[in-house]
Amino acid sequence: MPTPLPIARWAMPTVSNMHQTFDAAIEMNLLHANQRGADHNRAHFDQWGITCINLMSSPGAGKTQLLEATLKSLENLQVAVIEGDMTTELDAERLRQHGVPVVAINTGRSCHLDSKMVAGGIQQLQQHDPQSLDLVVVENVGNLVCPAEFEVGEHAKVALLSVTEGEDKPLKYPVMFREADCLLITKTDLVPHLDVDLAQIEANVRQINPTVAIFHVSAKTGEGLDAWCNWLQQAVTVQSNRLQLTV
Amino acid sequence: MHETDMTKALIGTIRDWWDAQPEKPTVQKVHLIVGTFTCVEPASLQFAFDVQTQGTFLDGAELAIKDVPLVAHCHTCHADYQPELGSQYACPSCHSPMEDIRSGRELKIDRLECVAA
Repeated sequence: MPTPLPIARWAMPTVSNMHQTFDAAIEMNLLHANQRGADHNRAHFDQWGITCINLMSSPGAGKTQLLEATLKSLENLQVAVIEGDMTTELDAERLRQHGVPVVAINTGRSCHLDSKMVAGGIQQLQQHDPQSLDLVVVENVGNLVCPAEFEVGEHAKVALLSVTEGEDKPLKYPVMFREADCLLITKTDLVPHLDVDLAQIEANVRQINPTVAIFHVSAKTGEGLDAWCNWLQQAVTVQSNRLQLTV
Repeated sequence: MHETDMTKALIGTIRDWWDAQPEKPTVQKVHLIVGTFTCVEPASLQFAFDVQTQGTFLDGAELAIKDVPLVAHCHTCHADYQPELGSQYACPSCHSPMEDIRSGRELKIDRLECVAA
């Protein structure tokens, strides 16, 4: 049911005006339509007993490679991917090699996924027996700004920051790191070749978001993947327990 | 770039309201409240609004954006403070991390100034 719009509140007309002027109170969130769509998507996931995570980062932080490594490690979970990409299906093709259902959404010129685009992805997921799935990973468009404001129906937000991006990124793009439930510091295999201070990255993130779970991972060497996969597994367990309680 | 989408959403919401009015008023001014701890650039929103309203029922309407500063609350000091965007988010007195945000996340269509038909 769409929220009914408020009726105009008539103010006292000003005498000098030929026509009556009035203020109409709207008092609505600018993104209420997106939010409503996100709630609708989440209701679908809940109905199917699926946990949905929204994976976000700048371009090239390693979302797809991390996802490939994660798919190999998560043997006990049935996973599907909704893949957002501006124009190509390159990432979707890579992920399909791992034998999981992958729905590709081309966002065109849009720099983020919104709930309407993901609703289209959910519709395509219906061909893949959604009730058998445990986890849907939405891989967002590479961008540290816009995706932070557009919920898509996820139960948790996961942000990636690669070690080559610099310690200051959480300070410069604070909304993304504030919104994240989990932060993966990726490409840690490169640390010996860089002047990067991982403790400083963590300190910068912590001052914005004291409760975020942080893992250091390398999709290349496998470092930290167990801890990250345990977090995912736990997120799925918590979510399915919650659903059993509400049924 | 997402300001374009946000402007579409803004115009869509106002249009829904306008369509529901029995006599169509002229909207003169749209009042928005935008927190500084959002990913919204007011200048881009202003630009997108001017472009997207051309030739529509909102042609000529003004967009007034009220900035709301980021205010956080420190539980240790029992006090509100304004973090320095881009550099310092922890409490300036005791360096506790930013826990509760009191304001700054707003993205709200507040009200419309109209002239009756």
